[in-house]
Amino acid sequence: MSEVMPTSRGSEYDYSSMTGSRTMERFIGALFVVSLLATIGLGVTFWLGGQPQIEGALLFIALLGIGVGVVAWGKYLTPHGPFVQEREELKSSDLDREAFYKSLERGTKILGRRSFLGKMLGVSLGAFGLLQLFPFLRSLGPVPGKSLYVTDWHKGVQLVKVDGSPVTVNDLEVGGVMTVFPDGFVGNAVDQVVLVRPANYNLVTRPGRESWGPQGYLAFSKVCTHAGCPVGLYQELTQQLLCPCHQSLFDVLTGATPVFGPAPRPLPQLPIYVDSDGVLRSQSGFNEPIGPGFWERGNE
Amino acid sequence: MNKRVEKTTDWLDERLGIAKGARSSLNKIFPDHWSFMLGEIALYSFIVLLFTGVFLSLFYIPSSQQIIYHGSYAPLRGQSVSEAYASTLHISFSVRAGLVMRQMHHWAANIFIAAIVVHLCRVFFTGSFRKPREINWIIGSILLILAIVNGFIGYSLPDDLISGTGIRIAFSILESIPLVGSYLAFFLFGGNYPGTSIIPRFYTIHVLLIPALIVALLAAHLGIMYHQKHTQYPAPKRTNKNVVGTVLWPTYALEAGGFFFITAAVIAALGGLVQINPIWLYGPYVPYKVSYAVQPDWYMGWLDGALRLMPSWEIVGFGHMIPNAFFPAVLLPGLTFTALSLWPFIEKKITKDDQVHNICDRPRDNPWRTSLGVGILTFYIVLFFASSTDVLANTFNTSLNLVLWTFRILLVALPPVAGYVTYMLTKETEGLDDAGLRRAPVIITRSKDGEYSSVVVDEEPPLHSRTRFEPQEVPEEKEYRRVARGDDNERELVGASEPSVGGDNGGVHHEGIEPHRSGGSGIFRVPRSVAGGGGPFGGRDSRRQRRRNTQE
Ligand code: HEM
Ligand code: FES
Repeated sequence: MSEVMPTSRGSEYDYSSMTGSRTMERFIGALFVVSLLATIGLGVTFWLGGQPQIEGALLFIALLGIGVGVVAWGKYLTPHGPFVQEREELKSSDLDREAFYKSLERGTKILGRRSFLGKMLGVSLGAFGLLQLFPFLRSLGPVPGKSLYVTDWHKGVQLVKVDGSPVTVNDLEVGGVMTVFPDGFVGNAVDQVVLVRPANYNLVTRPGRESWGPQGYLAFSKVCTHAGCPVGLYQELTQQLLCPCHQSLFDVLTGATPVFGPAPRPLPQLPIYVDSDGVLRSQSGFNEPIGPGFWERGNE
Repeated sequence: MNKRVEKTTDWLDERLGIAKGARSSLNKIFPDHWSFMLGEIALYSFIVLLFTGVFLSLFYIPSSQQIIYHGSYAPLRGQSVSEAYASTLHISFSVRAGLVMRQMHHWAANIFIAAIVVHLCRVFFTGSFRKPREINWIIGSILLILAIVNGFIGYSLPDDLISGTGIRIAFSILESIPLVGSYLAFFLFGGNYPGTSIIPRFYTIHVLLIPALIVALLAAHLGIMYHQKHTQYPAPKRTNKNVVGTVLWPTYALEAGGFFFITAAVIAALGGLVQINPIWLYGPYVPYKVSYAVQPDWYMGWLDGALRLMPSWEIVGFGHMIPNAFFPAVLLPGLTFTALSLWPFIEKKITKDDQVHNICDRPRDNPWRTSLGVGILTFYIVLFFASSTDVLANTFNTSLNLVLWTFRILLVALPPVAGYVTYMLTKETEGLDDAGLRRAPVIITRSKDGEYSSVVVDEEPPLHSRTRFEPQEVPEEKEYRRVARGDDNERELVGASEPSVGGDNGGVHHEGIEPHRSGGSGIFRVPRSVAGGGGPFGGRDSRRQRRRNTQE
């Protein structure tokens, strides 16, 4: 083996990294064989119906065998020089640049003589582009209009549970919580409301909301005012609602005002009442847009 | 040269004239350094994404149509789920190799973006973005953005509970953009959230629009890199006007090609053995449900963290509102990516440096840039960890409030500290060119009288050091240039690696080589002085060849 290696310092090439080339050759050959075996195993695995872990392991071996073998071939059985190469200057010669300007000018001069045509072309193209854009954008979706301001809650709508059955005044124990929807809109994202019952007497969360919390039932939009996640968790001990997305906390007794985290506004409260059959209904819709903020929404 | 190769080359060359370009490509020099592999990892994991993605797209159904699940995953049977979700379950449980492909796709996405980020750091800290490479820096920044966006969108496709919550947040973030936000959100989602358009639209964006953009930009990125040639680290014999390294054919081609398989192998191992995104455990997306301790893929972590750390401010006035989410989720990434892409120009404004730089800075040799970079990086790392405030609070059994405030303070305090420490460290090590290299040994002798004297041994550099050898031009390239220049007098050629097949340059000695295509083992032979050692590429060949020479 050593006869292959020119070791004299006068040699122009660095073969020192190729010592043991015969061993290396065998090693690489073995890797390729291992890879081949793994590939065959993979075929068998597929044939038998497949199994993720075995597939992964065999793929790993098949690919790694080839990969390591080829890299080793490059690294140990080919010369590494070092080789050197000049960098040509990226910049063109002055002559080339000059010639380029001249050619460019030929065109711009000819075109420049008819600048009116150029302007007309610009206007036509621009108009064409714009007029393509608008129908395109418009057909992508409706403009928001009032849709961010409205939900399906109106005066007299029944509160129903996820299974569609109406919520009655006996449905929640004190300290209980459930998700409710307006009758006919179960599962609708904007309509989801979290119903909590911190007490069993009328609760007033804020001035002006004297009748909104009959028998301790409080209903809030479940859409977080931060980024729209469902405010899913009710902590009975602290009377707080927690949004799991970015941990905003809303204090239920003061009207779901945010007390922690990034949420900037209280969850809108839905005014509800208990009808003569003991069924919970909404007194009206929300008196403000639900969910996160948006530009058009000013100081209501 | 093999007859068939020659015939093919002839055929192509007569039609495309490829031989010239291909010659210089084969002889191209690539500087060797481990840090140059980072971009390669990104490229290779993208290729894995393409393969596995095409596989997935054969089975995935981009539809939010609700159906009753009847598939092979028993716990969810009878539930109402979207077709997208059901088809992803189908891929995971019923398609052969489906789960491996899905998990490989997901792992490859995470590795892809990680490799881009680390690659970006290497380019930043070595100043490799300086003239003439500003354009490639910008392209790279756009690639990063596209990769992150496509990763997020792909993550959303299975329509499970976690990703659905992510889509909801994305809608709110779009909505928060001043002036046009609600329009943008409505146009993308085809109406108010959630609608039924977003999954099919995300699908088209994910498998067509963004991959096409990435392929195009990647081509430009690599083409420009190839044209401008790699940067190289400072070392003896390396100058701003040369490239020192290994040659493309065969060394670099083998190393790079093999490395693709290694990358793919690691991704395959992860895909087969390490579970990722088990959507059957999360359940289908239902707008009023949410799961806890939800973490997005790692590359969204910094945005999630920013959303969490942002104080509950919101700007209201003049009948308009700038919502809270705008600041952490629109303004912050907007500024981040603008500053990122324009960094070469920002730095140039400060340094007034308009030179061409082909030699990398060692990070320690540019304390100012390095410490600034570390400071900024620290900022994003703090944001990243802030995306697990709830998990940390649970793990350490402390209040969320404490964790949140800790992170807010760290976010402001840690970057300057990290920057300052880095600055001190770089100042300490600045200019230590021989750091890490072996020093010449010093022999200390004690004389009989107890007197000490020291001698520095003027030792040769260690044998394995590459710098022992004077960098050579690739012999074939050198020869080509010499012939092309016309001064081909004292050439003496010898059969290099194969006996010639036909043609007129098969002999040992040659007069007047012209770069002809027929016969011979190439354009011309390698000079004897080199071939004596077996030819520059023939360490192993030399014995066979020597035998042949003696036979002749
Ligand atoms: C920039 C490159 C890409 C990135 C970062 C990326 C990322 C992702 C991610 C994170 C997922 C979620 C996988 C899961 O856990 O289920 C995904 C799903 C998917 N991707 Fe990609 N991807 C890329 C390119 C592609 C390409 C080129 C195609 C197709 C030609 C593709 C097709 C798909 C399909 C069909 C799915 C949904 C199937 C499923 O969820 O199992 N992707 N992608
Ligand atoms: S969405 Fe509720 S805290 Fe962010």
